[in-house]
Amino acid sequence: MDFSLNEVQMMLADSIEKFIANEYDFDARQKHSGSELGYSEEVWKTFAELGWTAVPFSEEDGGFDGGPVDMMVVMERLGRGLVVEPYLANVVLAGGILRRGGNSTQKSEWLSPLISGKLQATLAFAEPQARYDIANIATTAVRDGQSFVINGSKGYVLNGGNAELLIIPARTSGSQSDERGITLFGIAADTAGVSIQSYDTIDGQRAAEIQLTNVSLTAASVIGEVGGGFQTLQSTIADATFAVSAEAVGIMNVLTEKTIAYTKSRFQFGVPISSFQALQHRMVEMYVACEQSRAIMMWAAMAVTEGGETSAHAVHSLKYQIGIAGTRVGEEAVQIYGGMGMTWEMDVAHYFKRLTAITLMFGNADWHLDRLAGSATP
Amino acid sequence: MNVTFTTAENEFRSEVRKYFKEEFPQDVLEKQRKAIPLTREDTVRWHKNIYRKGWAAPSWPVEYGGTGWSSVQKYIFADEQARASAPAFLPFGISMVGPIIYTFGNDEQKKRFLPDILEFNTWWCQGYSEPGAGSDLASLKLRADLEGDHYVLNGTKTWTTLGQYADWIFCLARTNSDVARRQEGISFVLVNMKQPGVSVKPIVLLDGEHEVNEIHFDNVQVPVKNLVGEEGKGWTYGKVLLQHERATITGVANLKYMLSRLCSLCAKSIKGAEPLSDDRTFMRKVAAAKVEFKALEYTELRTLASVASGKAPGPESSILKIVGTELRQRIDSLYLEASGYYALPYVRDQYDSTYPEEDRVGEGSETNAALVYFNDRKVSIYGGSNEIQRNIIAKHVLGL
Repeated sequence: MDFSLNEVQMMLADSIEKFIANEYDFDARQKHSGSELGYSEEVWKTFAELGWTAVPFSEEDGGFDGGPVDMMVVMERLGRGLVVEPYLANVVLAGGILRRGGNSTQKSEWLSPLISGKLQATLAFAEPQARYDIANIATTAVRDGQSFVINGSKGYVLNGGNAELLIIPARTSGSQSDERGITLFGIAADTAGVSIQSYDTIDGQRAAEIQLTNVSLTAASVIGEVGGGFQTLQSTIADATFAVSAEAVGIMNVLTEKTIAYTKSRFQFGVPISSFQALQHRMVEMYVACEQSRAIMMWAAMAVTEGGETSAHAVHSLKYQIGIAGTRVGEEAVQIYGGMGMTWEMDVAHYFKRLTAITLMFGNADWHLDRLAGSATP
Repeated sequence: MNVTFTTAENEFRSEVRKYFKEEFPQDVLEKQRKAIPLTREDTVRWHKNIYRKGWAAPSWPVEYGGTGWSSVQKYIFADEQARASAPAFLPFGISMVGPIIYTFGNDEQKKRFLPDILEFNTWWCQGYSEPGAGSDLASLKLRADLEGDHYVLNGTKTWTTLGQYADWIFCLARTNSDVARRQEGISFVLVNMKQPGVSVKPIVLLDGEHEVNEIHFDNVQVPVKNLVGEEGKGWTYGKVLLQHERATITGVANLKYMLSRLCSLCAKSIKGAEPLSDDRTFMRKVAAAKVEFKALEYTELRTLASVASGKAPGPESSILKIVGTELRQRIDSLYLEASGYYALPYVRDQYDSTYPEEDRVGEGSETNAALVYFNDRKVSIYGGSNEIQRNIIAKHVLGL
C-alpha cells in the first residue's frame, strides 16, 4: 500500500509547479486568456519542450508512457495555476482518440505534431440536443462511393476556433442514441463546408459551435473502424472526466488556502475575521471537501490504472464528488471573501468560474449519481 | 501509487477470517447482526475468547501483551472484525486507560493493572464528563483532596458508559484549585468502584436502554499509589487519551458493512411491495452515501500508508471523526427509512431466548432500525462533539 508519487512523477510535479510559480502568475494568465488566441503560443511551446504534452502517449508514439496517476499530477497543477492553454482539448481529447484509434499514417500526420506542440486539435464530443449522452449523435456521415458526406452540428467544441484538426464523431448507421454506428473522422478545419463560430466561455477559455454542411471526406479520414468508434470515444471521455476532476481538486485546494489566508488579513470589528467561529467552521467544511475529493481522486487514479468495471464506477463517483464538493468550495470561497470575491480583479472569482464550468462538463453531479444509483457495484 | 496487499498480508486476512468464523462466539455475532444489545456476560466472554487467541490488544506494545501488528495488519483485523459483524473492542480498558498506564504509569501500576485489562478481568469505565463540564472539560469540579496517603474524592461524573458493569473508573479530578490556567491542577486517578461512597445512578437514553450512568463520589478514599504520573498533569495525559478515543470512534470498517446490510435490505421485497432497490430516488441517496464512504475509506488508507512508511498521520486524519460519525448517522437514517413501518414496533427483549416466539413482532434487523438511529445520535456528541472537532481542525490544521 503506497500513496506516494514515484520519482518521475515527483519530477513532473516539480517542473510544473516551478513553471507556474515563476512564469504563470494570475496577471499572465489574464493576459493570455484575453489575447486574440485566448492562450499563449509561447507557453504552449514550453509545455511541449518540457514534455508535458507527451505525458499520456506511448513511447512508440513519441510519448512519456504516463498513466492516470501522471495525468492526475499534471491536471491538478494546471488547476492550481488556472492555466488556459488548451491541454484538455489537445492532449486528453484529440490525443486520446488518436492514440487509441489512429493508424500509423494518422499518428505521424496528426499525433506527432500534436505532441510536439505544432498542431492544434480538438474533439467535438457534444451536440446541442445530446446533453451528456455522448452516444446521442445526430450528425450523419453518408457513404458516397469512396468518400463520406457529413452533415450536422457540434456544440461546445473546446479550442474549436484554434484547432487545425477537428475530430468529429458522426453516425454512419443506427438510431440517434445507438452506441453502434458511430464513426470518428479527422477533418482539417479549413475543409469546405465546415463553419466555425468561436466564442469566449465564462471560465476564460474558448469554445466553438461548428456546422458541417455537405463536408466531403475520403476514407483516409476515418479513425478506427467505420461504425465502431464508440469505445474509443467513451474511453477518451472517461479520461477527460478524470482529468478535469483532478484539475478541480487543484482549484479547490487553492480556493481553500486563499480563503484561509484572506480571513487572517481582513480585519472587521477590530479583529481578523478568521477569529469568527461561524467562518472557521465553514472553512473546515471546505477543507473536508478538499480532502474527501482528493481521496476519491486517488482511488479513481488507481482504479483507472487497473481498468475493468471498477474503473467506470470510480470515475462516476469522482465526478459526482467534484460536482458537489466543487460547488460548495467555490461558493463558500466567494461568500467568505465577501464583496471582494465578487470582483473581476480577484483571482478567486476566476477560480470559482473555472470550477463551475468543470461541474457542468462531461456530466454534472446528478447525471453521475444517476449512473451510480442504477448499478449494483459496491 | 497502489493499494495492493502483500501475500503475507493476505494470509493474515485469511487467518483472521477463519478465527471469526470458527473460534469466536457465534451467538454474539448473531446478536450483533440483529442489533440486539449484548449482556455483560456476552461482552466478558468474547473479550476473553480473543484474549486466549492472543489478539486482545492490537495497538499495545508487545512487551505489555500487544500483538506487534503493523498498521496494515491492524486495518485488516478491524476490517475482518466488522465483516464478521463482531463487536468492536470495549475501548475503556484496551484503548483508553491501558495506553495511559503503560505510557505514564509506574512499574507497580503496570504490573497491577495491565494484565487484568488484557484478560478482561476488570471492567473499566471513563470518568471525564461532569454535569457542568461537557465540551468545556477543563471546568471539571470533581475534587481530590490529599489527606495523608489518600485522596478524598467528592463530586459527580456523568455519561459514564456501561458504568453499571464496571469494577474500576479512571477519573480526571481536581487536585489543585489555585491555578493560573484551569487545565493545570487536574490529576489522573484510578478508582476502585467497589467501595463505600461510590454510587451509580442509571440514565435511560431515548432508545429506552440503560447504557450510561451518573457516578457520585461521596468522600471516596483513593490511595496515592493510584495517581498516574505526576499530580496536576492529568490534563496532558487525558488529551492523549482523547486522541485514542477519536481514532476508535471513526469505525470506518464497520461503515462498509452497514452499507452492505442496507443494500441487502433494499433488495429484499418487503411484504409484497417492489424492492426498494428499484426505487431510483432512494437508491440515489444510497449511492451518494457510498461515494462518501469511499472518500472516507481512502482518507483512512492514506493515513495508514503514511503511518506504515514511518511518518506521522497527515492532517487529513483529523477529518475522520467528523466524516465517519456523520456518515454513520446518514446510513442509520437510510436504514430507518428503508425499514418503513417495521422500524416502529417497540417490543423490548423480544429477541431474548426466553421471549415467547408467538409474541414477537416483525422480523430481522429492521425492527431495531429506529433504536440504532436514535442511539447513534450520540456519535457526533461524544469524544469531543463534532463542533469541538471543527474548532480543533480550525486551530491546529488550518491555523485560524
